[in-house]
Amino acid sequence: MDWHLLISQLLNGLQLGLLLFLLASGLSLIFGIMDFINLAHGSFYMVGAFVGATVVSLTGSLIIAVVVTMIAMLILGVLVDILIARKLYGQDHLDQVLVTFGLILVFDTLAHIIWGSAGATIPLPDVLNGQIEIATFVMPTYRLLIIVCGLLVALGSYFLVTRSRLGMLIRAGASNRNMVTALGVNIDRLYLIVFAIGAAMAGFAGLLIAPITEASIGMGNEIIIIAFVVVIVGGIGSVKGAFYGAILIGFIDTLGRSYLDDLLKLFLSNQSAETAAPALSAMLVYILMVVVLVFKPEGLFPPSGFNKK
Amino acid sequence: MIGTLSKPSGLVYSTVIVLLLIAPVVISLMEHSFYLDLLTRILILTIAVVSLNLIVGYGGMISLGHAAYLGIGAYSVGIPSYYEVFNGYIHLGLAIGGSALFALVTGIICLRTRGLYFILITLAFTQMLYYTFVSIEEYGADDGLVIYQRSEFGGLLDIENANTLYYAVLVVLLLSLYLMHRLIHARYGKVLFGSKHNDERMQSLGYNTYQYKLSCYVISGTLCGIAGFFLGNFTNYISPEMMDWTHSGELIFMMVIGGTGAVLGPVLGTATFLFLEEFLSSITVYWHLIFGLLLIALVMFGKGGLHGLLSRMDRRWEKSQ
Repeated sequence: MDWHLLISQLLNGLQLGLLLFLLASGLSLIFGIMDFINLAHGSFYMVGAFVGATVVSLTGSLIIAVVVTMIAMLILGVLVDILIARKLYGQDHLDQVLVTFGLILVFDTLAHIIWGSAGATIPLPDVLNGQIEIATFVMPTYRLLIIVCGLLVALGSYFLVTRSRLGMLIRAGASNRNMVTALGVNIDRLYLIVFAIGAAMAGFAGLLIAPITEASIGMGNEIIIIAFVVVIVGGIGSVKGAFYGAILIGFIDTLGRSYLDDLLKLFLSNQSAETAAPALSAMLVYILMVVVLVFKPEGLFPPSGFNKK
Repeated sequence: MIGTLSKPSGLVYSTVIVLLLIAPVVISLMEHSFYLDLLTRILILTIAVVSLNLIVGYGGMISLGHAAYLGIGAYSVGIPSYYEVFNGYIHLGLAIGGSALFALVTGIICLRTRGLYFILITLAFTQMLYYTFVSIEEYGADDGLVIYQRSEFGGLLDIENANTLYYAVLVVLLLSLYLMHRLIHARYGKVLFGSKHNDERMQSLGYNTYQYKLSCYVISGTLCGIAGFFLGNFTNYISPEMMDWTHSGELIFMMVIGGTGAVLGPVLGTATFLFLEEFLSSITVYWHLIFGLLLIALVMFGKGGLHGLLSRMDRRWEKSQ
């Protein structure tokens, strides 16, 4: 067993998990509170990456890029909520699928118009471009930074959800939307805030990954599907569920890709193991989602007091 | 009959069908074979949209994974051809059997869920299939397979000939439209429609709605598999990309343009979608933007799609009589 490989795969899994959490937590709340299926959530991820890349190329500062991107994403979230999404909350799911699918087309093409088809990179400053050595283990500094940022945001959202008045309303909204409205909470404002924060977190995730993968058109369309898997597995409307679900999916996906062929070789011939492993590892997360949907449709960590609708 | 035909909707639909019947002749006179390709594509995808319309429009089961069946149908042509088996009956049999089996197995599981969960679980199964084909190196993985020869139907049908393929697809489409018409006007369709609106009520009336929905799901998947069989033959090329979830989204888009739940809606919707795509992409590379805005506007302001528009014209016409 190669321990270095295992540790680095675990860290990769954690990194993927935390990125997924940034996407899935907002998605899950929008799902749970507004009863809204937002396929275009991945577009926020893409826009965040592009805006970040632009700001870095203009100012050269990653910190300014983070601040500007966050503000831009909040504004974008507010705009999308007011102009489009708000009219569809609690409406026909088919309409939501269609409109948000339309939004993906709009965002992808706008990105094409504004930033061109080539994609954009974010060069890292030397400080972040190196590697960190811990004993005999070597890890790229920037990947460590992603993990730290992800954990900090996760911690922040934990306190926001469990310790603040806004968080209380969010939890109440996810458990029983009608009751919150009946108690006289300005539900439109709550929706607006949740949607904007969700957009900002998705944009932040895009910005974080851009230095590694670069910003490209349609980059959100694949990861958003995995984020939906996280939402289902974790439990709709639960930030805690999104966290555990994201970490779980991150590990399963990463470890599946690197170890499944070895595992299968215990049962199958070498050749069939090598053929089956890539397919099976890509499918693992979807299989998990189907199993959860069939046996525990409310998810592994549903919001407390969740009533099956 | 004359009465229905002289209504605006009757006029439009009968014109469309007559045009479709004579199109190859007209096109061959004009020598623009490109348009025959476009029309064939429209007809093939219309079959797929008809099948989607059955489960969404009548069964209330929103599938975001219908492209899977296009893939199954197309690979049913591609994989045998790879082993130099060109027998069309085998291809078609595989397409029908494969898609029916996939629909049955996934349907049994999918139908344990509803609403948003149903949408996502259909998507999940299609993703699984997508990744399965992506990882099979033998069949080209990501790059897909080229189909060097179309399915052979003995001396009966030569679909290498573009006109023959066109009419073969048209016949299947008309048959499937007739099948839809019969299905939804039979008790079967009424039960489905009832369960779409209130499943509990239909159950308490003594109907086993699960069986109705599952059979509906399997019929739909099988029909879409047949569309996939034609698509594989038509494009002479298959790849996992055909099963990408955005294509499932496009099928829904086409259905909604035509009008969800209208038997002939898919004909108008698919034709409008593909003609617009062809036209807009010839004037700008940014045509997706117009498409996206159109889709948003359609849902927010244009209830019922083109068929809805025609129905409103019908009512006005009836009043004026």
